[in-house]
Amino acid sequence: MAAVSLRDVRKSYTKDLQVIHGVSMEIADGEFIVILGPSGCGKSTLLRMVAGLETITAGEIAIGDRVVNNLEPKDRDIAMVFQNYALYPHMSVYDNMAYGLRIRGFAREKIEERVQRAAEILELKKFLDRKPRALSGGQRQRVAMGRAIVREPQVFLFDEPLSNLDAKLRVQMRGELQALHRRLGTTSLFVTHDQVEAMTLAQRMIVMNAGRAEQIGAPLEVYARPATTFVAGFIGSPPMNLIPRDGRLMGVRPEHLEPCGESEAMLSIEVDLIEPLGADTLVYGHIGDREGTRVAARLHASVDARTGRLPLRYAPGQVHWFEPASGRRIEA
Amino acid sequence: MEKKVVFRSAWLPYALVAPQIAITLVFFFWPAAQALWYSFQLQDAFGLKTQFVGLQNFAALLRDSNYLQSFKVTAMFSALVAFSGIGISLLLAAMADRVLRGALVYRTLLIWPYAVASAVAGVLWLFLFAPSIGIVTYVLKRGGIHWDWLLQGDQAMLLVVIAATWKQISYNFLFFLAGLQSIPRSLIEAAAIDGAGPGRRFWTIVFPLLSPTTFFLLVVNIVYAFFDTFGVIDATTQGGPAGATQILVYKVYYDGVKAADLGGSSAQSVILMAIVIALTVVQFRYVERRVQY
Repeated sequence: MAAVSLRDVRKSYTKDLQVIHGVSMEIADGEFIVILGPSGCGKSTLLRMVAGLETITAGEIAIGDRVVNNLEPKDRDIAMVFQNYALYPHMSVYDNMAYGLRIRGFAREKIEERVQRAAEILELKKFLDRKPRALSGGQRQRVAMGRAIVREPQVFLFDEPLSNLDAKLRVQMRGELQALHRRLGTTSLFVTHDQVEAMTLAQRMIVMNAGRAEQIGAPLEVYARPATTFVAGFIGSPPMNLIPRDGRLMGVRPEHLEPCGESEAMLSIEVDLIEPLGADTLVYGHIGDREGTRVAARLHASVDARTGRLPLRYAPGQVHWFEPASGRRIEA
Repeated sequence: MEKKVVFRSAWLPYALVAPQIAITLVFFFWPAAQALWYSFQLQDAFGLKTQFVGLQNFAALLRDSNYLQSFKVTAMFSALVAFSGIGISLLLAAMADRVLRGALVYRTLLIWPYAVASAVAGVLWLFLFAPSIGIVTYVLKRGGIHWDWLLQGDQAMLLVVIAATWKQISYNFLFFLAGLQSIPRSLIEAAAIDGAGPGRRFWTIVFPLLSPTTFFLLVVNIVYAFFDTFGVIDATTQGGPAGATQILVYKVYYDGVKAADLGGSSAQSVILMAIVIALTVVQFRYVERRVQY
């Protein structure tokens, strides 16, 4: 296991096309880091640069105390789990996991021991002789994980590994990943566009937008104190309401709005859309006339939501302020 | 589910397939039946008398050392053509797969030889390798190699193998390139992370994944070497010297047309027919089933 350092890492394909604009981060040994962002923000590229599948245009990446910029992927002591699993279709599950060890010249008994142990952890013992095509999506996912585990690398890299699974399996695998990390304690970098995955898995996360790190921090910290309007909009569902007020942007989360009497109202909206979700109800409306800012509020199921005027209030401590031009947070 | 079209009238479907059936009957079944029929006959050189001899033509063939020699030549020829054709085109495809810029031009140029008629390909190589005036002959002579395939059987074989292979490489190349491009990049990347160098990645990941393509091409190339190389042989060595390049299909032509042994020639073509049927069965049995992982 090892720490990973990203020092002003940049990537450009041509002179005019830069996709990563200087990302810096110190990842502690054993930490689980999630790289979160919308598609095309450069998060996978960043991960592939750590893996050695993409060259680093400028800056430095270090794993442990070795700068790995010019090392081949095989010399970086990392293992990667791909979105499509990238299992070798002509090899059995056993051979898929043993492949990397065989190449590295491990003794037969050592390979057997490691593969069996990984199969035990991942509940794959019954499937060791099968070919990947005879497995379900979740099982293939486990084999891909097994292939990473047996190598006992310094760092695990995950490139959206759960996005090909159905919703139920994704929740289950999320839990298994967490348990696995607790058990092995290997430094992990996990790329995803799914904020729920990021919130639940990350010890710290890095929110990326258009090749820049918008914010780096623990999930709840990012949720409680978003550094930019982008982060405010990306984390949380529905996203934070951003309301222009006194030349600034006032941010307040839908879950921090509550209905109140007309006299206490800090904000009033004309509700035109109601989404009952069971435990709570989402209402959407606009402030003032039809062109007014759209606002969403998450109301407790006991509230009788109906269209029309809805007075709302919020605790002053739950409000965030942002610069309209730069989108940066203004500290109160 | 496949969509099934139902015709209301009874004769329309037959009318629609009739042209295809007619062509098959006239150009395939009729000559095939004739060959089969003639293979049981013995005819004099002028075609005046014909006599039914049963399987005697076949028996005579199997005793004929020339025929057995032609079998050996064919085996040698098709093995060389198939293996060098597949090997070279796999190499070219593997390299073309890595080319990003100008890939289309590269691919288009590599496909051209396939459009050249085999007789033309034969003449082309004939000129290059002509014992007296060929440019390659000239270069070889300067390098101290005496090149005269009119006299040396091995060199004649080499010449026809080169000409036949050259023509088939494009075809193989296309299939290999398509095969290579259907292998997900992440598989190669996973192998790279697992520690495999380029050579090892090729032999342990890429080549096994291409094996259905390779097997398919092996069958196609053998069929090609057996039958479609007639033009190459006829334009260059005409089976010589002393039968060194006389493959089975050329011997059928030579014995039937030049030596006027209609019965013997027909018996040979019946044997060839059996071979091509066997190869087709192999292709359908194994290739179709193993194409996908």
